[in-house]
Amino acid sequence: MTSSPGRGLLHLAASVDRPGVYDAGPYVELARLAERGGLDFVTLDDTFARPGLDAPAVLARVAPATHRVGLVPTVTTTHTEPFHVQAAVATLDWVSRGRAGWRIDVSTTEGEARLFGRRHAAPPAALWQEAGEVADVAARLWDSWEDDAEIRDVPTGRFVDRDKLHHVDFTGSAFSVKGPSIVPRPPQGHPVRVVDATEDHARTTAARYADVVLVRAASSARARALRDQLRGQAAQFGRDPDSLRVLVSLLVDLGDGEHAAEPGHGGGGPRPSAQGPLYRGGPVDLAELIASWHQDGTVDGFHLTPVEPRRDLERLVNGTVGLLQHRGLFRTFYPGSTLREHLGLARPANQYAVTGGTS
Amino acid sequence: MTVRPPKRMHLAAHFPGVNNTTVWADPRSRSQIEFSSFEHLARTAERGLFDFFFLAEGLRLREHKGRIHDLDVVGRPESLTVLNALAAVTERLGLAATVNATFNEPYELARRLASLDHLSGGRAAWNVVTSSDAFTGENFRRGGYLDRTERYTRAAEFVSTARELWDSWTADGAPRPFAHRGRHFDIAGEFTVPRSPQGHPVVIQAGDSDEGREFAASAADVIFTRHGSPEAGRAFSTDVKRRLERYGRTPDDLKIMPGVTVVLGDTAAEAQERAAEIRRQQVSPQTAILVLEQIWGVDLSAYDPDGPLPEIDPVAEPQLTQGRTRRGDTVAIAEKWRALSKEKGLSIRQTVIEASGRQSFVGTPQAVAAELETFVRHGAADGFILVPHLTPGGLDEFVDRVVPLLQERGVFRTEYEGTTLRSHLGLSDPVRKG
Repeated sequence: MTSSPGRGLLHLAASVDRPGVYDAGPYVELARLAERGGLDFVTLDDTFARPGLDAPAVLARVAPATHRVGLVPTVTTTHTEPFHVQAAVATLDWVSRGRAGWRIDVSTTEGEARLFGRRHAAPPAALWQEAGEVADVAARLWDSWEDDAEIRDVPTGRFVDRDKLHHVDFTGSAFSVKGPSIVPRPPQGHPVRVVDATEDHARTTAARYADVVLVRAASSARARALRDQLRGQAAQFGRDPDSLRVLVSLLVDLGDGEHAAEPGHGGGGPRPSAQGPLYRGGPVDLAELIASWHQDGTVDGFHLTPVEPRRDLERLVNGTVGLLQHRGLFRTFYPGSTLREHLGLARPANQYAVTGGTS
Repeated sequence: MTVRPPKRMHLAAHFPGVNNTTVWADPRSRSQIEFSSFEHLARTAERGLFDFFFLAEGLRLREHKGRIHDLDVVGRPESLTVLNALAAVTERLGLAATVNATFNEPYELARRLASLDHLSGGRAAWNVVTSSDAFTGENFRRGGYLDRTERYTRAAEFVSTARELWDSWTADGAPRPFAHRGRHFDIAGEFTVPRSPQGHPVVIQAGDSDEGREFAASAADVIFTRHGSPEAGRAFSTDVKRRLERYGRTPDDLKIMPGVTVVLGDTAAEAQERAAEIRRQQVSPQTAILVLEQIWGVDLSAYDPDGPLPEIDPVAEPQLTQGRTRRGDTVAIAEKWRALSKEKGLSIRQTVIEASGRQSFVGTPQAVAAELETFVRHGAADGFILVPHLTPGGLDEFVDRVVPLLQERGVFRTEYEGTTLRSHLGLSDPVRKG
């Protein structure tokens, strides 16, 4: 008998992107809707290249207005300071009480480089290598405080046990960081790192550092191949492949009720579009597609981007998710409180506590 | 003939910092990190109708004798992320983040500040600080060193660049290209965020040097000072407000707010007793030795905190303590402290307690309210930034007992009149340029 690693719990996530929206209300509304459906997490994309608010700011604003759903903003690594990035993500984990993730991305264009005036655009391969280094140093900085570093020992007058605070002394290809972090180790130990591995250049970084990998695939065969490849690569990096969750990213257009708008598009299969694989049809057929791709071990779950944010997320939650719950394929409540718990990922051990690291 | 109404003051709440003002050993002290502590203090400040809530920043943990300083509160969450979350649990309170202009870039920080202003409905403020130390720089791409004289030129150009970005969208909400070319920044493109509810977030400045004062006069809306006595406050205020004219600004355009500590009691004697007890808590035996080491520049761990001061003289050892402000002429300080100790027969710990700063206002709620009013009426300040010594309950008593008295005296608001921090502070909306 072979193991069937794709048959674990089904994981569902949704984007709460709202182009042109600059106040908090609509984001809170979508995140609450996702939470009502028991989704693992919501994502909010971010780039310096298009109008939009700072994504971690928006999801920090959403955090106190929600209770269980994971919050995953995109934070880029090319023109930002790794020390600030890890501190912001750790803080999102603190203010959400263990629900933070971080979708890692890079800035490839010369236009973005000109906004900072510090360096020129670089090839994606180099930027993704650097993104991997930022992901690495972030985890080191999250670990630079052991969980029990704060002791408040009145007799000796010591607030912290400084043997449990660690310099990270990290030197990467383009930056170095001394450490320790200014922020104590966050509730999840490591907030969940998410990488979209659609681009070839991102795949190695994803396999090495990501907890959740997003892949774009219009067929189950393609999705399965990508998942197998990522799990194989993760194993080469010494990781347990089962510590990786591979989700298929689909655009979803549920605007036409139960009847697929495109003849020949029925049967629920997505098809390629300029923005990535697009599913267009009804919520019931989408539930069928999700169930079948998950049950045959193709993927661990789905990351869905509504074409029409409010309408499609509502139909997704009330229709698709409701059906999956009815069939016992998706959770009806959150048994855990942290994003790692939703994803079935263990809280990582502290690399300095284990190895004894330097102080 | 009409009687002019008394001048109204502004109040702000400082989240307890990572220094020995903050007493962590008190049983009432709670987490410096968990969101519930920030929420408690912010809600208390909003209940008291405060103008704003203030977060400091640290970018490198302090070190002493080559090791992480362990006697004070250590660590804090990242300010802007905390403030965005607080925007969800408050409605009117201003939200001020200290963010370093040396270790950030204008485009990204202007965007983060504008985002906070949008998400909070116009309540964002930025306390601009600068740094020149290589010690902190070891955590950053740009590395450490910025020449001291460059600190404020970079900060000034940083702020003016941020304002160009905040002004870059048209009134009807379309992005326009910007280009800035200066000594420190050469950037161009489009800003990703429309003009925010306040136009520009409120700018706070906290330095006290001549360059700092000039920078505040040219660019800041609020200045956070340390001048807690009426005389020093007046001198400072006169000096800074005199500088405003040069920049076409009026005295009302810059609010002076000293950071102050308050201790209350039912009687004057009880308040004094509580103040003394807090000072003992702030200077533990271990802290007393450490403060001494910062002045003497050598290891004094063999000395008894309850014994006499060292007979040896201080040595110049600037590397002993990293990540905090220097203490000036250490030999002179040591002389003064030895004299104080001899004169009053004080131990090391008692000397440190005696010599280090007292609380700014100590007394009954009535007495403190009267003193605060006098301070403002005499032009020594436009208001106060209260620095509580306990997390998160350190402001409860002031809000419950002093704020109503200030309101009775007509020197503090009885409701929020506007929705933005600018409206609380009585600042005009910035004129859109470009």
